[in-house]
Amino acid sequence: MSAPAQPTERRPTPEKPPFRVADVRRIFGASGRQFGILGALVAIVIFFQVLTGGKTLDPINLLNLVNGNAYVLILAIGMVLVIIAGHIDLSVGSVAAFAGIIVAISVNQWNWPWPFALLLGLGVGALVGAWQGFWVAYVGVPAFIVTLAGMLIFRGANQFVGNSTSVSLPASDSFAFIGSGYLPDPAWGVPLNLSTVILGVLAIGGVLLREGLLRRRARTMGTDAGPLWVAVVRAIVLIAVISGATYLFAKGPLGTSFPISGVILVALVLAYSFLANRTIIGRHIYAVGGNWRAAELSGVKIRRVNFFVMMNMSVIAAFAGEMWVARAAASGPGDGIGWELDAIAAVFIGGAAVSGGIGTIVGSVVGGLVIAVLNNGLALLGVNSDRVQIIKGLVLLVAVGVDVYSKSRGRPSIIARLQRRALSPAEGDGSDS
Amino acid sequence: MSPGTTAGTDAEAAGVAPILEMRKISKEFPGVKALSEVSISVGPGQIHAVAGENGAGKSTLMKVLSGVYPYGTYRGDIVYRGQLQRFRNVGSSEAVGIVTIHQEFALIPELSITENIFLGSEVTRAGVIDWGEQTRRATELLALVGLREDPGTQIKHLGVGKQQLVEIARALHKDVQLLILDEPTSTLNGTDSQHLLELILGLKERGVSSIIISHKLNEIEQIADSITILRDGHAIETLNVRAHGVDEDRIIRGMVGRSLQSRFPDRTPRIGEVFFEVRDWTVRHPQAPERLVCKNESFEVRRGEIVGLAGLMGAGRTELAMSVFGRSYGSYVSGQIFLDGREVVLTSVSDAIAHGIAYVSEDRTTLGLNLLDDIKDSVVSAKLRKVARRGVVDEARERNAAEEFRARLRIKAPSVDERVRQLSGGNQQKVVLAKWMFTDPELLILDEPTRGIDVGAKFEIYGIIQRLAAQGSGVLLISSELPELLGICDRIYTIFEGRITNDIPVDRADPETLMRSITTTQKKAAPR
Repeated sequence: MSAPAQPTERRPTPEKPPFRVADVRRIFGASGRQFGILGALVAIVIFFQVLTGGKTLDPINLLNLVNGNAYVLILAIGMVLVIIAGHIDLSVGSVAAFAGIIVAISVNQWNWPWPFALLLGLGVGALVGAWQGFWVAYVGVPAFIVTLAGMLIFRGANQFVGNSTSVSLPASDSFAFIGSGYLPDPAWGVPLNLSTVILGVLAIGGVLLREGLLRRRARTMGTDAGPLWVAVVRAIVLIAVISGATYLFAKGPLGTSFPISGVILVALVLAYSFLANRTIIGRHIYAVGGNWRAAELSGVKIRRVNFFVMMNMSVIAAFAGEMWVARAAASGPGDGIGWELDAIAAVFIGGAAVSGGIGTIVGSVVGGLVIAVLNNGLALLGVNSDRVQIIKGLVLLVAVGVDVYSKSRGRPSIIARLQRRALSPAEGDGSDS
Repeated sequence: MSPGTTAGTDAEAAGVAPILEMRKISKEFPGVKALSEVSISVGPGQIHAVAGENGAGKSTLMKVLSGVYPYGTYRGDIVYRGQLQRFRNVGSSEAVGIVTIHQEFALIPELSITENIFLGSEVTRAGVIDWGEQTRRATELLALVGLREDPGTQIKHLGVGKQQLVEIARALHKDVQLLILDEPTSTLNGTDSQHLLELILGLKERGVSSIIISHKLNEIEQIADSITILRDGHAIETLNVRAHGVDEDRIIRGMVGRSLQSRFPDRTPRIGEVFFEVRDWTVRHPQAPERLVCKNESFEVRRGEIVGLAGLMGAGRTELAMSVFGRSYGSYVSGQIFLDGREVVLTSVSDAIAHGIAYVSEDRTTLGLNLLDDIKDSVVSAKLRKVARRGVVDEARERNAAEEFRARLRIKAPSVDERVRQLSGGNQQKVVLAKWMFTDPELLILDEPTRGIDVGAKFEIYGIIQRLAAQGSGVLLISSELPELLGICDRIYTIFEGRITNDIPVDRADPETLMRSITTTQKKAAPR
């Protein structure tokens, strides 16, 4: 279409653009969608830190925050994949409770060693997931219905297996560490927890290595890695956050460290982010959610993808149930009630689209953290649970409402508006000839 | 900057106040200036055509007019019937009689013709729908647009041509003064198109003005009173059809800024052995198992050959092609596929892709692309394995592959990170082509690859097809545009009601023979 004979006007591009506001977005990934929710999290933390007089970022409170919410955040990881693929899973609470009671019984009554019990629980999750995946992917029943049925079926199964009573775990069992355990502390006369410090240093090393590898890879492939300052700022921000968190967790009471549930959460976030962004199966999940007909005609085996996301969700739900049982040292008939709603809320606050195809692991976990900090901060302030629920409901509605509104009006985000203002003088010069 | 934008339209020449004037309309999207100071003016009872390449800004201009882009998101004035208008949404433009008929229809398939016509403006008595009155009025409106159907018929039972007429009936019900038609005939066959054009002329007699966007220049030439040509967001010129003696070549020259000597690039075919063969192919309809979509049909493609599959919409061309492409349509009954003389069984799309077959669907937005994706995701999406190692996608290789195709196919976009939703139709189509070329196809099946695409982009796409053939691939081109088939194919199959009715080398084919073969079952007509 570009006629060679006709000279087209081109904006003169300087050799090295000194500063483009557009690049600010690249600090937080190309899409910039996570920027808003991350900002919201920081704002909420600061808000409560001020109102509670510093109690929010107190080490003990942070430990409770992580230990008490890790299971929901882990559920959100599975849930966002389900929602990206265009489905929903209402059964996660019941599945978690069902797997939990079986783990508890296997340890308590059959005297299984805990590692086998854990594997058994995950196996139960896999079977449940295969069941639900079969109905969704191969029969074609909408996931809403399949998992609504699952919610009833596995709640009932939990109560059937456990006789509608609680099954407790032997107190001595080391299985508790996945729910409320801490890393070992050599305590070489340092006031800080050494394992936490080592983890922090490793994380900082990981950040630097990643930035370095990204830039080198881009150079060898001849692609644009973006301005250096973006990478530097991103690294500095990440390192600052990691250092701060390391310090806060390391200076907690003796015997505590960054919680093991937190370590598991971080590991799962990294692993699943990699899966979602960098692997073929991850791309296929987005493709199916974005336009399943086009995906099918591109050779994507959509049944397998749907089966995978549903099964994966149930395995993750089973694991979350295990963490819960480990922390509570018991499994009861009412475990996991309402978890599906927390997980779904986290995913949508984290920027996923109801129609599928859009969403990120990190965004969903940050969305979950927003809810967690809100719960925690309101509790610290002594707000009653009735009002907490009202506030949480409104936050969910407003967060998604703002997202939908800004998209439907085609109105650019704040960052995009800044970016346009920065660009417009240059554009004005070029177009008037 | 914009020569002749305000130059004489009929209305001004005749001293009649125009019904619509759009003055110096500018519209920007982040990073792109879609329209700059475009002015058009339409007289009462006039048919005004807007022509231009894909991405020239035609659809954007119409969206500004209809309120899809509300007042405040563009610069410039819309003056309609002497008054400055500030449309907040589509509803407010329709309230004053400006109705748009889109390329994709806004009809609800499960509802009846009557229900669709009155959707949103139901005739009620005391809050209850007055079905008798609605049916009576619907019958009148259908008679007016020349559609002989029971108004109780569900939309899904109508063909595209008839659906188009229902859309127009609906516009008439809304008391349309200015009808905007965006590519109204792109999905219609010859007869239906002609009927539609006559209907538009009929409306003109009744005083309804129209703005028509079309890539079919012969239609513009046939019905338009004046033409505004857009190029890259600028109004290049406004031509008065009667006064200026405008013909197709003249319009093309305005659109592309040069005259296209030939609409098809030159090529010397180098045709090799038969490498792809379908024998006795029989497929059942997916919903109605007693119906056969095709029965014992056979065809073959040689290396380096561009084979046409001519047929009208609904003749079974798409169904045949898709059933061959990994049985993605209907249920397979019998038949064999041979690749280089060896039989292959392709039971899934991924099998077909693995065997070097690619299918570019006719509907790029619902079947070809994930509109949420950016260009680079789309380009590699049909063969991710090529840029992946052990299941992990290498993003640098992905980007390089996408950049290569962006340059090779001249996809107009600031970068490969651009979302495909933002691209114009022609550029989206190039992305779909890139996606399938990326799979290194030996047989490329193209289903209406140039529908809704302007002349310049068509020329480029023909060039791409020819280069693929020159590299030894075979091409099966499905099309209902006979000039296109005659222009670039080496051999043409014709299909009618699911049967291949003819197989004609292009040097012995002419439009009349083809037309006869795609509208009748006579096999004897072949000039073999």
